Amino acid sequence: MSTKKEMAVPHMGKEKSIWTFPQIVLVIVILMVSMLCLLPFVNVIATSLSSKSAILRGDVGFWPVETTTIAYEAIFRDNSMWHSLWYTVLITVGYTALAMLLTILMAYPLTKKRLRGRRFFNLMALFTMYFSGGTIPIYLNVKEFGLLDTPWALIIPGVLSTYNMIILKSFFTSIPESLEEAATIDGANDFQILIRVYLPLSLASIATLTLFYAVGKWNSFQDALYYITKKDLQPLQLKLYNLIKGSQSVDLTAIEGGASTVATNISESIESATIIFATLPILVVYPFVQRYFVSGVTIGAVKG
Amino acid sequence: MVKDLRPNKGKFSADLLAILRDWQLYLMMLLPLAFYVLFCYKPMVGVLIGFQKFNPVGGMWKSNWIGLENFRFVMKMPDFPVALGNTLLLNFMGLIAGFPIPIILAILLNEIKSSKVKRTSQTLLYLPHFLSWVIIGGMVLQIFAPTTGVVNATLLKWGWIDENIPFLTEGWPWRITYTLVGVWQSMGWGTILYLSAITGINMELFEAARIDGANKLQQIWHVTLPGIRSTIVVLLILNVGQMMNISFDRPYIMGNTRVQAYCDVLSTFVYRAGITNAQFARATAIGLFQSVVGLIMVSSANFVTKRLGEDGIW
Repeated sequence: MSTKKEMAVPHMGKEKSIWTFPQIVLVIVILMVSMLCLLPFVNVIATSLSSKSAILRGDVGFWPVETTTIAYEAIFRDNSMWHSLWYTVLITVGYTALAMLLTILMAYPLTKKRLRGRRFFNLMALFTMYFSGGTIPIYLNVKEFGLLDTPWALIIPGVLSTYNMIILKSFFTSIPESLEEAATIDGANDFQILIRVYLPLSLASIATLTLFYAVGKWNSFQDALYYITKKDLQPLQLKLYNLIKGSQSVDLTAIEGGASTVATNISESIESATIIFATLPILVVYPFVQRYFVSGVTIGAVKG
Repeated sequence: MVKDLRPNKGKFSADLLAILRDWQLYLMMLLPLAFYVLFCYKPMVGVLIGFQKFNPVGGMWKSNWIGLENFRFVMKMPDFPVALGNTLLLNFMGLIAGFPIPIILAILLNEIKSSKVKRTSQTLLYLPHFLSWVIIGGMVLQIFAPTTGVVNATLLKWGWIDENIPFLTEGWPWRITYTLVGVWQSMGWGTILYLSAITGINMELFEAARIDGANKLQQIWHVTLPGIRSTIVVLLILNVGQMMNISFDRPYIMGNTRVQAYCDVLSTFVYRAGITNAQFARATAIGLFQSVVGLIMVSSANFVTKRLGEDGIW
């Protein structure tokens, strides 16, 4: 934004090129910091493609050594991995759809000044952002509803985020009321106004929030750890965690000097490959959706 | 509107009419309100078991009240002060190391003239925010592993160190690793609010400063920083208000048994006591203690923000 404005203003003529010396230094610094965010991935990808002996020698940096795809083959052959992936996709999609539905249904009425009790409902939602029952009462609540060890335990307890609801509410508020009045005169009821007038105008915000919910669910680990004990109901993050934890104890015995080579053979490369496997969906979607996230954060901060 | 013309007398019937008129809006809210009641407010009532000798079979209604007994018990547990201290220390370290960096980054990003470079670096900087802690934890475990991890391996190869740095297996190294990984994860995302605050600064101020002969550094010092001062103050105070709260995923995933005394924080302590060991009432007491202190801290933070003439959070 600011760059555009600056360029629009004609300077004194000496800044023909933007590549002055300080700019070049600045760009190098920023790119180095940015690379810092990428390098860990490069290392994990390199590890996932390297041979066990190369990894154990500590030879793997940012390029595969003694390249092999054996780790990926192992993962792809592992049916439980595909099952977990598919299951996590289902949970994420189901959760996101339900969460969006509830978010819209809560946000829309709260923007109507004529709604009696609006202040009360607003406070009721806001209060949950600052105080909650806490881990154990929530756990017991989920248990009382019989949701433990069901996929619903991963969906229902966090199915509405007040923060996201406020973002959507502030967007709805920015839509001119005259549109609603016009629709009312045409005989539309509240549901019709929401669906035909408000939703089509809010697609960008809805996309943002959908992504907030989806990424949050894809990455969520805590709820699965608390509520799920059955192996085939574990989402990908929990499965990955168990895998990493397993090899972690191997690493620790290695320090104590009691490692057997067999144990070490389950190897970092499979772990790395799994990390990449679980991150891939996010990495693929990420570049396209990044700008939506950014706008969402700014709205949330201004209006929240 | 009708209500305003007729004081009190017709208020009730006017309200009733309004509610009947807006029945569809109430119908919409039915599901979300059910969620709030059943999954947010019902557990809030559930905190009362913190004052009970909890009977898992009979549930809350058949348990005996024992006052503050659970709290007393928990405060005497040796793990409690450790977890509390770790929570505060790790949060404090995160604040010191993590708070200034997004500000500096945002100012630097803002000075970049090439929009291509700017966009590319933002894309990379925001990336860690979208990774789960399981994934970050897995990467950390590999990268900082002894001998095989790229950091130790490289340093050993270059001869900078003679033996592995115990990044994840000793107290202070673990704390520092934990903090720096947190900084790494959040520094890019943290720039967003500052960048939007910088965009909001009146361009004429920069122009005026330039005409008065201010160089880039002086412009940053006298225009940019004062321009985002209120954002900085509000975020700082809010962060301080969050000192008692610590997420579960990061310490739980990055921790391991060798640094148990350093990585055990309130959230992991509650999990261990409550869910792993089924000490429901005692774990609830810890959670309640944490929530109440946390709420007081956030409220005071908000109060201070308002006293300073900034917009608070409510």
